[in-house]
Amino acid sequence: MIIVARSLLHAVLLLILSFVGIAGVFITLSADFVAVVQVLVYAGAIAVLLIFAVMLTPESDRKNSGNMLQFPALVLSGLIIAGVTFIVLETDWRVASRGPFETTAAEIGDALVSPFALPFEIASVLLVVALVGAIVLVRED
Amino acid sequence: MVAPLLEMRVELEQVLIVGAVLFAIGIYVALTKRNAVAVLMGIELMLNSVNLTLIAFARFVESPRPIDGHVFAIFVITVAAAEAAVALALAVAVYRHRNTIDVDKINLLRW
Repeated sequence: MIIVARSLLHAVLLLILSFVGIAGVFITLSADFVAVVQVLVYAGAIAVLLIFAVMLTPESDRKNSGNMLQFPALVLSGLIIAGVTFIVLETDWRVASRGPFETTAAEIGDALVSPFALPFEIASVLLVVALVGAIVLVRED
Repeated sequence: MVAPLLEMRVELEQVLIVGAVLFAIGIYVALTKRNAVAVLMGIELMLNSVNLTLIAFARFVESPRPIDGHVFAIFVITVAAAEAAVALALAVAVYRHRNTIDVDKINLLRW
């Protein structure tokens, strides 16, 4: 739908719809916390950023048109689908017999504090750097 | 008609194939669109499909600590948010200078 939508703004709205759909798939995989984060961050924050970016560039082309690479890109994405599907169906995954997770939020919190403390800190520093960088980039001077 | 559909369970292979299809759509959008915002939308879709794959493995595959996949997905979401903020700021800054965000016309670094 993002590919064929005539206008770029419609493509953004359809992208939000697919983000919410992926959050629904997360819920069926018993990943409730990640589903909530997905709705908040993707369908909330990133969607607003995308709409802002479309609105702030009014004189550029909003036709959502393609370039010369369409046929090679189509071949590449078809190869990706075929290859990954073949690998997925041929591999013997060690599927666990346990059922769905009971709770995920508490365990994710524990994992973020004890084994993943350093990546957690690095991620927060990365967010600060990205926000300051974004402000510096678009500042009027 | 509906009852056998309700009896069905989601298996690992189905979710992985959905992730592959989403990744392929994302890479197609990122390669073919002219508008920089549309290219960014393709990249977000690819990151999202990777998240879907991580969550599927965390749910189904034998592992001593299965919740680590969720933690990894949350880190991916964090990095995706930072990347989207910087990339959209870049798009707006480029638009101020060149009055376009067509990635075919922004060839400042071409030699």
